[in-house]
Amino acid sequence: MGGNGKSNEFDVIIVGGGATGAGTARDCSLRGLRVLLVERFDFAAGATGRNHGLLHSGARYAVTDRESASECIKENMILRKIARHCVEENDGLFITLPEDDLGYQATFVESCQAAGIDARIIDPEEAKRMEPSVNPSIIGAVKVPDGSVDPFRLTLANVLDAKAHGAKVLVYHEVTALIKEGGKVVGVTVVDHKTKAAHNYYAPLTINAGGIWGHGIAAMAGVRVDMYPAKGSLLIFGHRVNNIVLNRCRKPANADILVPGDTICLIGTTSSHVGFDEVDDMRVTPDEVDLLLSEGEKLAPSLATTRILRAYAGVRPLVASDDDPTGRNISRGIVLLDHEKRDGVPGFATITGGKLMTYRLMAEWATDLACSKLGVDRPCTTMTDPLPGSRDEDEMPKGKSFIVKNPIRKSLEGRHGDFSSKIPSDNEYDASLVCECEDVTVGEVKYALNELDVNNMVDLRRRTRVGMGTCQGELCACRAAGLLGEAHNCSEKAKSDLAKFLNERWKGVYPVAWGDALRENEYAQWVYAGVCGMEQND
Amino acid sequence: MNMQQVNISENNFEQCIKCTVCTVYCPVVPVNPDYPGPKQAGPDGERLRLKRGEFFDESLKYCLNCKRCEVACPSGVKIGDIIQLARIKYSKKKPKVRDMMLANTDFVGSMATKFAPLVNASLSLKPVKLVMDGVMKIDAHRTFPKYSSQTFESWYKKNVKELQALYKNQISFFHGCYVNYNYPQLGKDFVKVMNAIGYGVNLLDSEKCCGVALVSNGLINQARRQAEFNIKNIRKSVLSDGRPVVGVSSTCVFTMRDEYPHLLGVENADVRDSINLATRFIYRLIEGGVKLQFRNGIKLKIAYHTPCHMEKLGWAFYSTSLLRMIPGVELQVLDSQCCGIAGTYGFKKENYPVSQGIGASLFQQIEESGADFVVTDCETCKWQIEMSTSKKVKHPISVLADSIDVEATKKLNGVIL
Repeated sequence: MGGNGKSNEFDVIIVGGGATGAGTARDCSLRGLRVLLVERFDFAAGATGRNHGLLHSGARYAVTDRESASECIKENMILRKIARHCVEENDGLFITLPEDDLGYQATFVESCQAAGIDARIIDPEEAKRMEPSVNPSIIGAVKVPDGSVDPFRLTLANVLDAKAHGAKVLVYHEVTALIKEGGKVVGVTVVDHKTKAAHNYYAPLTINAGGIWGHGIAAMAGVRVDMYPAKGSLLIFGHRVNNIVLNRCRKPANADILVPGDTICLIGTTSSHVGFDEVDDMRVTPDEVDLLLSEGEKLAPSLATTRILRAYAGVRPLVASDDDPTGRNISRGIVLLDHEKRDGVPGFATITGGKLMTYRLMAEWATDLACSKLGVDRPCTTMTDPLPGSRDEDEMPKGKSFIVKNPIRKSLEGRHGDFSSKIPSDNEYDASLVCECEDVTVGEVKYALNELDVNNMVDLRRRTRVGMGTCQGELCACRAAGLLGEAHNCSEKAKSDLAKFLNERWKGVYPVAWGDALRENEYAQWVYAGVCGMEQND
Repeated sequence: MNMQQVNISENNFEQCIKCTVCTVYCPVVPVNPDYPGPKQAGPDGERLRLKRGEFFDESLKYCLNCKRCEVACPSGVKIGDIIQLARIKYSKKKPKVRDMMLANTDFVGSMATKFAPLVNASLSLKPVKLVMDGVMKIDAHRTFPKYSSQTFESWYKKNVKELQALYKNQISFFHGCYVNYNYPQLGKDFVKVMNAIGYGVNLLDSEKCCGVALVSNGLINQARRQAEFNIKNIRKSVLSDGRPVVGVSSTCVFTMRDEYPHLLGVENADVRDSINLATRFIYRLIEGGVKLQFRNGIKLKIAYHTPCHMEKLGWAFYSTSLLRMIPGVELQVLDSQCCGIAGTYGFKKENYPVSQGIGASLFQQIEESGADFVVTDCETCKWQIEMSTSKKVKHPISVLADSIDVEATKKLNGVIL
């Protein structure tokens, strides 16, 4: 397509900056379409950033949903190649406890193999050697190619590549209406959260990739997509207890996956139906914390005596197919709705369902549909084209760098892959630390502020892990706020942003605020209120 | 069930609340920018190392193991132990020949004692120092403590061993390498004081170097073997013979009490309380009624330096209180800070500037003190202060030995042989 259209005209408008939206924006722009990606808040702010970060082998779905399982394992193998810097190849174990039916193991392995998943029964003793944290009373173990994936990095890498191929990306822009001409969707009206100004953008096709919020986007087009909001809560522990993903070898249930990811590990999830009025403000309840802990302890007993960092919840964008009250039996399969065919509304499509694991395939399907509607004949290449960050073996530092310490260098490389070479470190200041728990440097923050669409401290956290460590912002937040104020030339905004950031951190700590976590937060509060003079109502 | 009641972290490093007071108290941080400081090297780094061992950083070798971070920590995090254990577990650097020489204090000592005049003469020769500096990377500014031609053990066996059984109370003396090979006089002073208050001094069946230098030079397996050997002999003394063990070196005593279980995994709970430091042991006897009779006419100005491990033990009080009992002694307690030597650390060429930088303000305070001499419980602090100031350094036991009237003290305590 291409051509010199007006600045508000595109070939395709994608609504939603989660993994699916970002992936679709990338795929469309790689195939030469003029793309606009609109996100209400920040990339990966919804369900994309609120899950296990599990690189599913598909084994979890092998028995109940073979189609999802085989999609998972294929995408799993693709992500290992194209998103090297977002993935940790940790492997996974499906363990059978004395209270579980060992008979399930055979069915499980058989189903895995039928779905193309390399699942092998191993001796429980070997499993204990591989993963010393595992419950020592296990009576069975199956090894599968699970791993971990960082959803923030993954989404960002897709956005970066889309932009590199000409896509326009608007964050903190909310779609308030779909523009219709004679029953056809021809564009979107968006409101800029910062300026409150409304703008119209036009394209022959608008793709709804809004996750659970896609329900509302579809309603703007006058079509119904029956979403089923299923809340899932998780607990993050202060450090890695396990280095191999631990699952229960039984029918999927509550709190039966423990995933090591970056510096932490997390247990989840719960599953409960919630109303649409709740999806913007998920809170983890004491009952959920109890459930996660008491079940998690069965996977790895040491969880009971490990500090919990925080709790959070996400909403799965499941597409309702029956009246299952738990939401567990709904297919995790991909749903692509061509509303022209389905509802007689041309110019509008919805891509939903699926999982973080299958975001690329979802994007491929959505882009295929866009291409066929726009008459473009370009094949999908995202299954082989590495994402930015995963292309070059050569990482930082290039040239003179003041970063000499191993942990800092490895942390930057881990987060940004080959893009870590863009992080300034040629003077002592840029090489100094902002976040000491996660080893985030001044240079990394500057790079994020300049190049990674950072509007506020929470965005900065998603790009860099600032404030994700044990101190939850106690030492790094004020430093980061200083850099943010400098970059945006506004210390007032940085101050209010700092308060918001600290409140957001506290929201996650609150459900688990006891023991050392409470002590540390009390201290942080004392530092900010007593030393920095921040008021409660700031 | 309310899990809040049971989910308490057992991971010591997770008790850190990032207050950073440890880094403020670290003597290395202000003088060596390559050292990340105890917070980052300790609890922060531990999280990363648990993610993957490759997050270990060799700069942890700059830690002096002075434990001042642990004294400062309000949360009870064993920061020094975390750092030392990380070095033990992850460091890929093999100890050099130099490190083995420095670490094997008792082997080198036993060889050197045999040829003491020759060794002492050559170690102080400028060409020898330059060769050691260039080849061994032992800094030429350093002077090795002189080796004695007669070990404390052989003096003891020849001169006083037989008499000890005559005393009513009995202890075992852990003399350590320094007393045995370099400075038997301190051992003689100890015997003099203990005998005066009615205690017979025995040796352990056998003792090896406590192992502190082996730990800091990465020779962990050897350190563990020596720890097991020492604890076996201490156990025999304490549990079978009913003799508590007393040492004069604050570092040896600290190592055997705390580093054995924490770093080397050598259990000592059954005898730990019976491993004593001389000044504390004597102070407690005095509290229990033992008396010292001091000579008349003593007039001394003394400055006391608190060694790091003494600070960690929390026992400087005992040494300074004993010194204050001596009539005519004017005692100044120097600011508690590291002298910079940290055992073998300061002898290494690469650490010399850092070592002197750490001690600089202490040396200045000592020079300005107007003291006749400095007193401290640690032999390596003694070397450092003597190498870096114009003052001589004595052990509190030697000061006591010089100050008491032995016969009068014996009489006061009813010691009859």
